Amino acid sequence: MWQKSNIVSYRHFRTARRGLLVGGIQLGFCGLLAWRMHHLQVEKAESFRLVADENRINLRLIPNQRGEIYDRNGVKLAGNEASYSITMVAEDAGDIDLILERLSKLINLSPEDIERSKAELKQSAKFLPVTIVDRLARDDIEKIAFNAPMLPGINPEIAFSRTYPLGEIFAHVVGYVGPVSTRDLELRKDPDPLLRIPRFQIGKVGIERELEITLRGKAGTKKVEVNALGRVMREIERKEGSKGANLKLTLDTNLQAYVRARLGNESASVVVMDCNSGEILAICSSPAYDPNKFVRGISFNDYGTLRDDNHRPLASKTVQDAYPPGSTFKMVTILAALEAGIINHRDKIRCNGHVEVSNRKFHCWKRDGHGNVDLVKSLRESCDVYYYELAQQVGIEKIAEVARILGLGQSFDIEMSAVTSGIVPDKLWKLSARSREWVVGDTVNSSIGQGYVLASPLQLAVMIARIATGNQILPRLIKSVNGVEANKETSKLKLKKNNLNLIRKALFEVTNDKRGTAYDSRVLTKKSQIIGKSGTSQVRNISAVERTLGVLENKDLPWEQRDHALFVNYAPYDDPKIAVSVVVEHGGSGSTVAAPIARDITLQAIYKGTPPITAYPVEDRAKIYNQQRELKKLMPRTTKSSKVQA
Amino acid sequence: MSYLEYRVKTIPAGWRKVLFMNWGLIALIIGAAFSGFAMLISVAGGNIEPWALSQMQRFSIGLLAMFIIAMTPIWIWRNVSVPIYMLAIVLLLLVEFLGSTGMGAKRWINLGFINLQPSEVAKIALVMLLAAYYDWLPADKVSKPLWISVPIAFISLPVLLVLQQPDLGTSLLLLLSGVTVMFLAGVHWVYFGTVIAFTGGFVLALFKSRGTEWQLLQDYQFSRIDTFLNPDSDPLGAGYHISQSKIALGSGGWTGRGYMEGTQSRLNFLPEKHTDFIFTTIAEELGFIGTISILAIYVGIMVFCLHSALRHRERFSSLLTLGLTMTFFLFFSVNMSMVMGLAPVVGVPLPLISYGGSAMLVLMGAFGLIQSAHVHRPRDNA
Repeated sequence: MWQKSNIVSYRHFRTARRGLLVGGIQLGFCGLLAWRMHHLQVEKAESFRLVADENRINLRLIPNQRGEIYDRNGVKLAGNEASYSITMVAEDAGDIDLILERLSKLINLSPEDIERSKAELKQSAKFLPVTIVDRLARDDIEKIAFNAPMLPGINPEIAFSRTYPLGEIFAHVVGYVGPVSTRDLELRKDPDPLLRIPRFQIGKVGIERELEITLRGKAGTKKVEVNALGRVMREIERKEGSKGANLKLTLDTNLQAYVRARLGNESASVVVMDCNSGEILAICSSPAYDPNKFVRGISFNDYGTLRDDNHRPLASKTVQDAYPPGSTFKMVTILAALEAGIINHRDKIRCNGHVEVSNRKFHCWKRDGHGNVDLVKSLRESCDVYYYELAQQVGIEKIAEVARILGLGQSFDIEMSAVTSGIVPDKLWKLSARSREWVVGDTVNSSIGQGYVLASPLQLAVMIARIATGNQILPRLIKSVNGVEANKETSKLKLKKNNLNLIRKALFEVTNDKRGTAYDSRVLTKKSQIIGKSGTSQVRNISAVERTLGVLENKDLPWEQRDHALFVNYAPYDDPKIAVSVVVEHGGSGSTVAAPIARDITLQAIYKGTPPITAYPVEDRAKIYNQQRELKKLMPRTTKSSKVQA
Repeated sequence: MSYLEYRVKTIPAGWRKVLFMNWGLIALIIGAAFSGFAMLISVAGGNIEPWALSQMQRFSIGLLAMFIIAMTPIWIWRNVSVPIYMLAIVLLLLVEFLGSTGMGAKRWINLGFINLQPSEVAKIALVMLLAAYYDWLPADKVSKPLWISVPIAFISLPVLLVLQQPDLGTSLLLLLSGVTVMFLAGVHWVYFGTVIAFTGGFVLALFKSRGTEWQLLQDYQFSRIDTFLNPDSDPLGAGYHISQSKIALGSGGWTGRGYMEGTQSRLNFLPEKHTDFIFTTIAEELGFIGTISILAIYVGIMVFCLHSALRHRERFSSLLTLGLTMTFFLFFSVNMSMVMGLAPVVGVPLPLISYGGSAMLVLMGAFGLIQSAHVHRPRDNA
């Protein structure tokens, strides 16, 4: 029951006092809350509203079409092919198993496809589409569309996939595309959000890779409102993307196809250039691979076969491999001597078959020697001793200088992958690369394109084109981007015109004089006469023992140890149009293996098709006739019909 | 009878009591509750289901309970404060053993018709008991150590039980309202000074203990403190709640996006949008005007209660009203602070507005007690 009252007035006031204090603190805190509200909601409203919109609005990408690639005549080399796929949205499908079963009755579904789809459907959100199969035929899509009411949640989708209609012919130049890998992302540091799309394809090799940004174009975007789970509530805005730029290359499909067929299964590379503009008409590395396989995802076995082949089909030998140029380098040595004023064309040097330099014997290919040799003879008959002697007087620095003027030892700005710069050795180079002093023997070796000298087939083609025209020719692969032509300017080489003329005269005799090393590969018609130089470069040292036993024949050696066969030429003599370089890896002799290939290709290029049989020497005609027939069978027939204007 | 020994002229009786209720307070309570219904409808995308309807039913029951409690003379409540306290302790013990687990803590006990949260009951029971204790205790003994240790035991028991659940937020609220009643009762300043000093030391020790074997708090509690101190450090993980609610708040601006137009809560970026975080929806949809109005309603409720408390001549009524006001204040101020990033995320609902049964009923009970004290106040002319 109620007890005696405890009311004492001072206590009442104390309670009231403390009550007021507590109440005051509470009201003060409410003031703080009000201030905070004002701060967050009014002062910082702008920035928070922005963040809220970011939360709510999601940017989705609409993939665009990649630019197409055409040859100089408008033949399509890389295009986009519509491909059909079907996707399933789990929440629309309801009974997934049942739908998949119905689907498998309509089209070909592998058990793996079904397994993978089920797993993916289980993992991803119920409202997200999951791809069941892709690369379906049109018929299959029509069947599915017809049966659509029976297949809730199944949607046919169209996508574009890259195709290379000419397959392996342009494999190394055009390259191929493939899905973005994490390594690509790291390497490219490309902020383009397109790369984050799953299964998005970018250029991996060749022009596809080097001109990736140009070809890719810009993706379209759509803004969608999403909730916290990522479900799309509505579309707010849509911006269409733009197609990537179309490229027109300088390449000629007919010529390229011929080159590819002519090289067959040799491990070889060929570069054909327009001497005057530097436009590359054909650039072919053999053997090749089908780039379409890479787009679809190459099987492990197929890839292993390509990788382990000792003819290296994956390598783009024309630009990424460098070979000892052998005798094709002799023009450089002579030019250096002429420029330095050490000799004139009448000076003779005696060849006894070998020279001794710092206690080492350097042999001429001709064991008995050439006797007295002048400039023209030295090139025509490819006397090594002449160059051994010359080089010692000229010195490596001058030789290196001329080599660089002619385009060796530098990588050209060409849109292919892994372009090598080769090696033009000099004293400084040896000191930094090999940490050793340059010796005279090195100069002697270099004079005939052996030792440290290395050049790619592309560089050799540029070299012969520069010798032919006296202009500083630069190789070009892209004719136009979206119809806009690139400018082409050439300047004169810093070499005396007379000296170049001397070289050209000497080279003329190589192929057109009975004593010339490549006389067998001469051309009879004047408008297509070829002027060139063969080279046979050793890939191993010949020991003294082997020499005494007698030089082994190339065919007796294992393939990997045989000599490289090289040939560089231009044509015709008066008004150079075409420059060609041919390298046949471990092919043997340059004049017997590489020169005939170069001749056939040059004729094909000049006649823009099969040359008349009369261009060939009489004794070869029967053989050539058969060869022409065989090669025609190998060339793709679609080339003419698939012409589309770029 | 004894109550007449008061220097009392009149105490309202019978139906006349209704006239003497604090009608301003009731109006504000109803105003807050209706704002709550409106927001619950908005959060449900314009539907009265699933939240607004049952909230309305609970509020009606709560309003009825408030009237019944208000009509019951305040001295009866004083006399039953000990049994109520004991009941609360029993319920807290029960929840330990047969409570159901929600969100990683045992907090609920299923009574069939309602999921009761005994810690809510304990809030009121503790204030009642302390008010009754100081009403009984002679004034000269209030600051004596022996007589201080008794209320400390009263406070510690429920605080420790709630801490055991574990529910750090509620146990701190219990502690704070208990201590406030002791302060209001006139316990000497020195004690509070000492306690504050020790608390400071303890908090320091807490942080020092982190990562050691004798760690004093659970990892999740530390992580909540971390995210409180720096919510941007982990906006998608532990700091998600605070970051998102600040975004919702901020995006409201002066007038908000408009009723039912909030994007943050409707697109499910906000967790607990109908319970602890309902304030963010108000902020986003109705803007600063909306939030300041809600705050004004709460301040109004507080002012009515304080005003009523200061006019009580009777110690139990005075301490009870002030103590319950403190509890109410702690409810909304902690909730708002947490949503606005001023306090760590603790599970405290926005009083009268958040969806939730026990908090609503217990709160209405508390207002009933305050009304009872208000009605059964001796008046000079009535």
